[in-house]
Amino acid sequence: MANLASDFVGIKSPNPFWLASAPPTDKEYNVRRAFEAGWGGVVWKTLGEDGPPVVNVNGPRYGAIWGGDRRLLGLNNIELITDRPLQQNLREIKAVKRDYPDRAMVVSLMVPCEEDAWKAILPVVEETGADGVELNFGCPHGMAERGMGSAVGQVPEYIEMVTRWCKQNTRMPVIVKLTPNITDILYPAAAAKRGGADAVSLINTINSITSVDLDAMAPEPMIDGKGTHGGYCGPAVKPIALNMVAEIARNAETAGLPISGIGGVTTWRDAAEFLALGAGNVQVCTAVMTYGFRIVEEMITGLSAWMDEKGYTSVADVTGRAVPNVTDWQYLNLNYITKAQIDQDACIKCGRCFAACEDTSHQAILMKEGRVFEVDDSECVACNLCVNVCPVEDCITMRTLDAGEMDERTGQPVDAEYGNWLGHPNNPQVVKAAE
Amino acid sequence: MQNTQRTPGVAAGRLDQAAYKNNFDDLHPPFEAHEASVAADRCYFCHDAPCITACPTDIDIPMFIRQIQTGNPDNAARTIFEQNILGGMCARVCPTETLCEEVCVRQTSEGEPVQIGHLQRFATDHMMAQDLHPFTRAATTGRRVAVVGAGPAGLACAHRLAMKGHDVVIFDARPKPGGLNEYGIASYKAVNNFAEQEVNWLMQIGGIDLRHGQKLGEQLQLEELQEEFDAVFLGMGLAGVNALRTEGEEKAHVMDAVQFIADLRQADDLSTLPVGRDVVVIGGGMTAVDAAVQSKLLGAEHVTMVYRRGRDRLSASSFEQELASSKGVKIILNAQPVSFQGTDAVESVTFAYTIDGPLGLEVSDETFTLKADQVLKAIGQSLDGVPGVLEIVGGKITTDANGRSSIPGVWAGGDCASGGDDLTVTAVANGRDAAEDIHAVLMGTQSPATDGTADAVTAAQ
Repeated sequence: MANLASDFVGIKSPNPFWLASAPPTDKEYNVRRAFEAGWGGVVWKTLGEDGPPVVNVNGPRYGAIWGGDRRLLGLNNIELITDRPLQQNLREIKAVKRDYPDRAMVVSLMVPCEEDAWKAILPVVEETGADGVELNFGCPHGMAERGMGSAVGQVPEYIEMVTRWCKQNTRMPVIVKLTPNITDILYPAAAAKRGGADAVSLINTINSITSVDLDAMAPEPMIDGKGTHGGYCGPAVKPIALNMVAEIARNAETAGLPISGIGGVTTWRDAAEFLALGAGNVQVCTAVMTYGFRIVEEMITGLSAWMDEKGYTSVADVTGRAVPNVTDWQYLNLNYITKAQIDQDACIKCGRCFAACEDTSHQAILMKEGRVFEVDDSECVACNLCVNVCPVEDCITMRTLDAGEMDERTGQPVDAEYGNWLGHPNNPQVVKAAE
Repeated sequence: MQNTQRTPGVAAGRLDQAAYKNNFDDLHPPFEAHEASVAADRCYFCHDAPCITACPTDIDIPMFIRQIQTGNPDNAARTIFEQNILGGMCARVCPTETLCEEVCVRQTSEGEPVQIGHLQRFATDHMMAQDLHPFTRAATTGRRVAVVGAGPAGLACAHRLAMKGHDVVIFDARPKPGGLNEYGIASYKAVNNFAEQEVNWLMQIGGIDLRHGQKLGEQLQLEELQEEFDAVFLGMGLAGVNALRTEGEEKAHVMDAVQFIADLRQADDLSTLPVGRDVVVIGGGMTAVDAAVQSKLLGAEHVTMVYRRGRDRLSASSFEQELASSKGVKIILNAQPVSFQGTDAVESVTFAYTIDGPLGLEVSDETFTLKADQVLKAIGQSLDGVPGVLEIVGGKITTDANGRSSIPGVWAGGDCASGGDDLTVTAVANGRDAAEDIHAVLMGTQSPATDGTADAVTAAQ
């Protein structure tokens, strides 16, 4: 089995699977059970400053969307940071870390945007023996209204300033957790780097309303007839998270900044994808809130088996493997031509490819006698929609045309040379340069 | 003394009450809402879906399933009822395994079709449980139509005509409406008096007058109906039963399976129904299976179903055959009765094996004898009481694609007509389509002329 031991910014854990700062990591009871189940580390649910703890709503905290058979696809929450006293959390963190020295114990923090507040909390966390801190600049609900969480994460200057305060006031590694509720993830990531962050973690949850109660005419989750936006997470947000991780990993200014990948990680494969796009480890929340702690067993064995199969010997070996292949649209090879092809033996004749292509795309699928569906190469633009709507895996595939082969749609042979938009005759900038 | 399964002869009360209740309970319990949701999720919403093509009433199956899946079972029910007003019964009795579900692409891909029949029942039950009727009657046209037979064909025809504003009188020979839904379907397929409830629900459309004890050729004459009404629809099914013409057929406890099933359906207390210890059912259709299974469920110790041809010619579907086997019915193929033995009542039946050769069915010399204290004959039904003026081919009233008979102004559908094929759902389609044609003729949008022979749909031979 591949060695999954992880060293993330000096924080060691037996595997790269950490539980994210969230309801599952709010107390000793949960975290001990998570460690018993095999989780490599946790980010303890966000601590606030000393004093009376925050309070939570006493109605529903979560809203959800489901796929078939009520499979949970997306969850949103309006829970705030820990609502338990600071001292109690610190005692528990210390006790758990003492009993599980090989596991990563990172503590999430959120205090007001004042240096004294951070100066006050960092030493008491350090005293627990925790391995690091994560700055919660991401929470989009509730705390943001009080000038914390995503209210900080949306202002790069604040990120840089607070990160610097933390680095100056602790020996612990500082991970900055980023909010996706911004237009360009590179600005907050670069700010964290400038402030001296050891790593960034992303994404935090996304502003969202999961549904509307059409009888009460109010958003869910509904509290006494009213609702507010909450933080969206779970499998549905993974594509957004993957893109943001990849952007940080491939951008010159932020490249090399360690990334803890978060956002809809549900299976070993999700984790491998985050690693491939530049994450050094992953954090999980919604998946355990849906299925319980035991899923880590599948993640460990799955990732390990895949690494063995591919010959990767360490997590670091996987990290960033796919980053060189993430590029801008303008660099995509326009001379690369594919056509859909339908495996008639695998086809179950549902006709969904036909409906999709005929109604909404390029009329490139023909329906013939006996419900035989065939691709018309002279119309197929290779959009891939038929592949995506086909219920049978690998029934419709995209065939790459060989160089020199005729593209029946354009009547032109396939050019063997790479050619992108920058040199394309239809690009006005190219025309201008030629004039 | 309490009878048991081993009590000799024909006896009632072979089982305890709990066993009767259990044996004749719903064959398939209805879906709960979540089961329906999971089942509905499996539908791919196929383009030009094969299930629609396979449905004799062309129900938009993917659409009603999507309506269930999106939380609107009543809209789903309406989608069903627009095509098939007896969609509730069809959901229970349709041989879906040879119709919509057989061609489901999930059947192709996984051998497990979307459970269309169960989903249809979920939707139709949902609406009917609220006693909601989805249609309202159009303004009256002043036209009057006679419908003979209150079975699936007649009811579907009457409902569609009434909906379009015509005044309909249904005449039926039996004391209760429903036809085979009421008298012929196996009990466990339509529990809790569903057939009667469905008719009551259907009649909410208004404009339908139902008259019982009216049999064509006896209390009713076709000419009189033609005189009194603007159009006549014949949907009286096949009231006659075929005889075996076998030595000893007249012995006691040799009876028609349809009568046995009708008695069972009308019984208030199943423990009062006598059934043999050794029951032999002769025939290979749905009626034979229904009779065989139900005699087993009534407590017969041994039930044997004997069919004169091979398995490939059994008209009972594989699902029905499996059902029979699972209930303990033994099926013997390629044998036909040659004589019944017994002093007054039947005691045994002698069969000869048959050879299905190129010249037809031949009887071999090889015989065997089955102990039998009750014999149920299920060898087919026939037209009964139909006036000679109507053209009849192959034992069915000749009709064209619109249900027109050889006589102008007279339509026919269901089992009595050439377009029927012994299925409830086909009868509904016949009745509905004839109603549309009658409406078009009565409103002058369609020519009433027929060429005398009608565009005959050849009767299945």
